[in-house]
Amino acid sequence: MTFKALFAASATAALLLALPANAAELTVGFSQIGSESGWRAAETSVSKQEATKRKVNLKIADAQQKQENQIKAIRSFIAQNVDAIFLAPVVSTGWDSVLKEAKEAKIPVVLLDRDIDPSGKDLYLTAVTSDSVHEGAVAGEWLAKTVGDKACNVVELQGTVGASVAANRKKGFDTAIAKHANLKVVRSQTGDFTRAKGKEVMESFIKAEGGGKNICAVYAHNDDMMVGAIQAMKEAGLKPGKDILTVSIDAVPDIFKAMVAGEANATVELTPNMAGPAFDAVAAFKAKGTVPPKWIQTESRLLTAADDPQKEYDSKKGLGY
Amino acid sequence: MTALLPRRGLAQILALVVILAVDRVVSPQFFDLRLQDGRLFGSLIDVLNRGTPVALLSLGMVLVIATRGIDLSVGAVMAICGAIAASLADSHGLPVVLAAALGAGLVCGLWNGFLVAVLGMQPIVATLILMVAGRGIAQLITEGRIVTFSSPDLVWLGNGAILGVPVPIAIALGMLILTGAVVRGSALGLLIEATGGNARASELAGVATRGMILAVYVWCGVCAALAGVIAAADIMGADANNAGLWLELDAILAVVIGGTSLFGGRFSLVLAVLGALIIQTMNTGILLSGYPPEFNLLVKAVVVLAVLLLQSPKLSDFAGIMARLRRTKP
Repeated sequence: MTFKALFAASATAALLLALPANAAELTVGFSQIGSESGWRAAETSVSKQEATKRKVNLKIADAQQKQENQIKAIRSFIAQNVDAIFLAPVVSTGWDSVLKEAKEAKIPVVLLDRDIDPSGKDLYLTAVTSDSVHEGAVAGEWLAKTVGDKACNVVELQGTVGASVAANRKKGFDTAIAKHANLKVVRSQTGDFTRAKGKEVMESFIKAEGGGKNICAVYAHNDDMMVGAIQAMKEAGLKPGKDILTVSIDAVPDIFKAMVAGEANATVELTPNMAGPAFDAVAAFKAKGTVPPKWIQTESRLLTAADDPQKEYDSKKGLGY
Repeated sequence: MTALLPRRGLAQILALVVILAVDRVVSPQFFDLRLQDGRLFGSLIDVLNRGTPVALLSLGMVLVIATRGIDLSVGAVMAICGAIAASLADSHGLPVVLAAALGAGLVCGLWNGFLVAVLGMQPIVATLILMVAGRGIAQLITEGRIVTFSSPDLVWLGNGAILGVPVPIAIALGMLILTGAVVRGSALGLLIEATGGNARASELAGVATRGMILAVYVWCGVCAALAGVIAAADIMGADANNAGLWLELDAILAVVIGGTSLFGGRFSLVLAVLGALIIQTMNTGILLSGYPPEFNLLVKAVVVLAVLLLQSPKLSDFAGIMARLRRTKP
């Protein structure tokens, strides 16, 4: 395994070298997790766009999903005396000592997309994250509003068992539909956040619920599973978006393609723009010493077939999803 | 117990029948079949269709294991070949797409075979290299995105039907017959078993053991490539992060459930595929049952343990002794 670590280290070094210091106002080091999903790739490209927009010199280090690589990257950012460090933490614990080093060097740290579990909240400036409970709630409220008073059996495609995002998106949705007695989750199974598993699980849901006749809506914890589920519905001779309503979360480009084709109804956006608000918070902190709130919540936009899905698709397809 | 298990394979068939019966209990419509858009449709078809990738992987894996080897890279090879197929699908015809994907699988197999047969590396370490690096290669091909395509030819491989039978099932069946004809229709199977039983003795007896080992890894790579193409065709896209993830373990499990020893020297193609079907019958049953997903892995582990216990020689010895004791009692 050492060669992988070596490769990761050299890749990190190459990335750092490839981005020479421009005459910019701010220099920010960003320790990114790695290429774990299309959303992650989009977050990286949007971060670059936002940096260019603000003339920030952004140095991105790819950690290849390893905490030790992230710690190494943060130490190297400290050594380069950057103005701020962005961290998209791969795990929630084990950051105390390296964050203390950053604090001693008086470099503010902003957490992106995920929160951590530090011994003291003073170890970082702020966290820019989405509220995944709220995302689930937005999805649930859309469904309740769309269905009205009709009885509606919902099947749910959960994310990976044990993932906090999956648990939160489930909780938010359940709370939102609890107020509506006509909405009931009749089946709930994990699709591991993937298209292939989403399709396989939806196939079994359709068979278990009378060939899909008893299903009124599908709720998926991410769009990829929904794209798989849409295929399963089509192969079963059902019309997704009409016979069965769909609502999912993330807003990846392919769900808009399905919306344009009339096969998907709604999605809740998990914005890839976490860096934008973080840049603004750091700039205000550096210029005027304004301390931002400990948590900056990003907006969870609801996007439906009525919101010009073609335009959304065009704006998102180049981001690396 | 000998009366209960007169020959190889009965334990597996018994296990499959029991799991099918359990599936029928948790899901009354389990055996319902109908035609949907010219394609058979039903839970039983789902089992066969979803079981195809692991069945294909196990066809290659069983030969590798018969030579006392193991191939941990098949999941990553699936991801690479799926990524290649998806990237080329919309710009090239199906023959080019298939040739490129299967060719890549062949090269991956050659690499593994070279490390094991020529350089003499331990198979588990040699194939671990490609398992780790392969997924990275696949991610490089897709640039970390899910590459989608709409080429009807490639989509047909995943979602089409031949006389009502979904194409993936037909391909798996064809590969089983082809592999069986090649290794059992000739002395090749025997030579592979000899290589796994005692490589040195076989070498001295004139078996080209090096060639045998190289050949089984190449075949394993080609089978994995085919599985990767089918997995990509199924979802009309290549997901380099998740395609074939952990399927190498399912393939090894299928081979072991099929009664093939990890110490090499003997193998059964049909039973390995049956092992893959046992795993998928169980998976589909779990999905149909409506149990909370937290139980999925637990149920799977218990069933696998039960199937393996059913095959355990020690346990059947024990059962035999008990039966004899009962008979000798007045």
